[in-house]
Amino acid sequence: MSERKFEEEAQRPKVFTRRRLVLGGSLLGGALVVGYAATNFGAIAAGALSIGARAADPGAFGPFIKIDETGWVTVVNRYQEMGQGSHAGLAAIVAEELDADWEMVRFETAPANAAVYRDATLGIQGTGASQAIAGSWDQLRQAGAAARAMFVQAFARKWVLPVESIGVRNGVVYHSASQRSETFADLLADAAKITPPEHPKLKDPKDYRLIGTEIVRRKDSQSKSSGTELYTQDVRLPNMLVAMVAHPPHFGGKVGRADMAAARKVPGVVDVFEIASGVAVVAQDTWSACLGRNALKVEWDDAKAETRSSDALRALYREIAKGKTDVTGSAFQTKGKVDDAFDGELFEASFDFPYLAHAPMEPMNCVASVDGRRVKLTFAAQVQTVDQINCALAAITLPGMVEIETLPAGGSFGRRGTLTSDYIVECVNIARHVGGGRPVKLVWTREDDMSSGYYRPMAHHMVSIKCGEGGLPLAWRHNIVSQAIVPFGANELPTHGVKNSPYLSVASVVDGKIFTPKLGVPPGLWRSVGNSQSAMVMEHTVDQLARRAKRDPAEYRRAIFTKVGDVRKLAVLDLVCKKAGWGSPLDAGWARGLAVHECFGTVVAQVAEVSVLGENLRVRRVVCAVDCGIAIAPNQIAAQIEGGVCFGLGAALYGRITLDNGTPQETNFDAYRVLRMDEAPAVEVHIVPSKKTPTGIGEPGVPPIAPAVANALLSLTGRPTSSLPFVI
Amino acid sequence: MKLNVNSEDREFDGDPNMPLLWVLRDHLNLSGTKFGCGIAQCGACTVHLNGKAARSCSVPAAEAQGMKIRTIEGVSAGHPLLVAWVKHDVPQCGYCQSGQIMQAAALLDEKPKPTDTDIDAAMSGNICRCGTYRRIKAAIKDAAGVA
Ligand code: FES
Ligand code: FES
Repeated sequence: MSERKFEEEAQRPKVFTRRRLVLGGSLLGGALVVGYAATNFGAIAAGALSIGARAADPGAFGPFIKIDETGWVTVVNRYQEMGQGSHAGLAAIVAEELDADWEMVRFETAPANAAVYRDATLGIQGTGASQAIAGSWDQLRQAGAAARAMFVQAFARKWVLPVESIGVRNGVVYHSASQRSETFADLLADAAKITPPEHPKLKDPKDYRLIGTEIVRRKDSQSKSSGTELYTQDVRLPNMLVAMVAHPPHFGGKVGRADMAAARKVPGVVDVFEIASGVAVVAQDTWSACLGRNALKVEWDDAKAETRSSDALRALYREIAKGKTDVTGSAFQTKGKVDDAFDGELFEASFDFPYLAHAPMEPMNCVASVDGRRVKLTFAAQVQTVDQINCALAAITLPGMVEIETLPAGGSFGRRGTLTSDYIVECVNIARHVGGGRPVKLVWTREDDMSSGYYRPMAHHMVSIKCGEGGLPLAWRHNIVSQAIVPFGANELPTHGVKNSPYLSVASVVDGKIFTPKLGVPPGLWRSVGNSQSAMVMEHTVDQLARRAKRDPAEYRRAIFTKVGDVRKLAVLDLVCKKAGWGSPLDAGWARGLAVHECFGTVVAQVAEVSVLGENLRVRRVVCAVDCGIAIAPNQIAAQIEGGVCFGLGAALYGRITLDNGTPQETNFDAYRVLRMDEAPAVEVHIVPSKKTPTGIGEPGVPPIAPAVANALLSLTGRPTSSLPFVI
Repeated sequence: MKLNVNSEDREFDGDPNMPLLWVLRDHLNLSGTKFGCGIAQCGACTVHLNGKAARSCSVPAAEAQGMKIRTIEGVSAGHPLLVAWVKHDVPQCGYCQSGQIMQAAALLDEKPKPTDTDIDAAMSGNICRCGTYRRIKAAIKDAAGVA
């Protein structure tokens, strides 16, 4: 038993503690979610996910488009707006096919209803894997074109004109010959009565007037600049209470004995009680909740807690990668006969990655009310379907009875997409205890947030490579050690970016294994997931191979991409080299580093300009080339790559969560250093023209920056990097 | 106690030790000022006290008594910084941006034509996890009319 006294501290929220997994795992992937629901609720079918849900009328133009009498076109966004701005691209897809007036297009966030708003790739309603645009391209083009056809049809009937003679432009339906025209607003009632065509004609991309232009801008800059955007933290409801929770200081710990007397006496505190994840204090306002929590005296039960330190785990991971423990590896890619393929001189390298917190600007929070079997949630939901299932389990009700109003998130980077819905279930447990449908806002401090786990898992990669002619890889052995990020299926996610990489394709022998240790620290999905580690391993390794072969790193990659026919990577490589002036001289003390990586279907190449002065590592310029298929919203593509570079660079330079006897040491921005303005490089974004289906952009900007910097350092100092962060 | 917020006298009778941030957010219904870290490390809670940028999470209400408090709600819609922020599509998640604008406004009040170095120095206490720093810089320069 360990004891921690939470004495009163008036100046600021006190530093707390760990959380533990509240529920076993839930599942991602359509069939799996249904399977999960069926296991937990008895043998029920997919439709059960919406049992208990209030019926929704999709309206005349389907579930994604609403048009009102004043002519406003509202695009229903089924994805969470967490900064990635995909609403702009989604609205543009609809507006393009509908020929709407961009100034009269807005968006709203969809209610939680997987039957209508499921993402095809994820199989659930949720936002992830940079799927918003990719997963909506066909569906929203169809929806926009169908709505357009309905207006055209209504106009044709009204004026008895042939459909072919009618045009639409900026929300106005017109007939040139008769100089007749009417707006969407004028025609609304008639258009709503038309049966939407099943196969509406889509535009030829050469006729696009919106997609791919600077007209497509995000729609929320005004509200987000003026402080009027409503985030979860800003929700105020009548009679609402604010809750804070004292969490166990160790992952896997639980409450032993809690002395709640002093906390109850704090003015403004309404109730104090134990819940599955700790001790909850509910109060009239945030400050009282905070003081109440500080006044708690809790003895924790650490019998089942994770108590190992980072150093010990790192040593353990290295042993595991060498096959020296009882954690066995399973193959993620094999090719050819190993036999004597690895005899002779090998290139060998290993890489250590620390745990990383997401640290979105808005710490986790949630508003919930529970009234009998009805649960109402108001918060920045990222995986609505999963949250509905988990909250239904917690409140002993049906997923469809869990209503979610999704608000924009003050960042997430994956933190709001946990498969256990950890903080959401915590809020539901509190609201259930309070009962009577009284709303409760759960507020986590930065310390709660940063020590709550669901980190990018620590990992170890070990590569042994035999090279052949021209120094190209002939045989590639690759062992990865990482916790399973999702608790089902093969441990796939950490292999993303290694598996089927062109560098493995060019080799004739591949021996790839993943080792999956079990730890008490809950791992999570962190912006770009396995890619942020694998890009570092692959791209930094390849630079070292190029150097060994005395070849220019760009030329070496070009040779491999050419050999395996990876035309997209070739194109981004050529574009980035051209724009960055690859090979041209730089000021003394500066060097360039290159990396090319594909993440969720988007290929990004980056060239970083780096210098080291004493201890001071500087990155002043990052040139990026991007192939994300058809570029719908170039301004947002640039914004996501700029942001991705900063996010990835901050993590690579400074990011780490250190465990000391299982307890995270970095719990706020004083210790968990992130990138700041004076360190932010100029980021230039160049887009490869493409006619292919668009792919995602929220995550692919992150992975290449760490290896680009490592490769520049290699060129400056001759020393390779074997662990992150760069700056200790 | 009386607090002068955005040129209005407001009444607050709670704990004088309550950080100004929570007074503004929970009691005066001014939620544009954000909570990010609680320890003066991120700048999300930035307001002006007598014209100077301050971290409201680390200022007890009692200390703000008698001062002129200005929050993002007190920045007029036509303010050059707001206009520039929208023009450059600065926000991503947006959560840091009211703090960024308050910090930038204090900078421009003091130095109407800031250099890059001035901007870095003034703004490096404000974290943006979405990495909008370069757009923030461009917007400040645009608002200040410097190239
Ligand atoms: S919340 Fe005040 S500086 Fe971070
Ligand atoms: S815009 Fe998201 S933290 Fe700055």
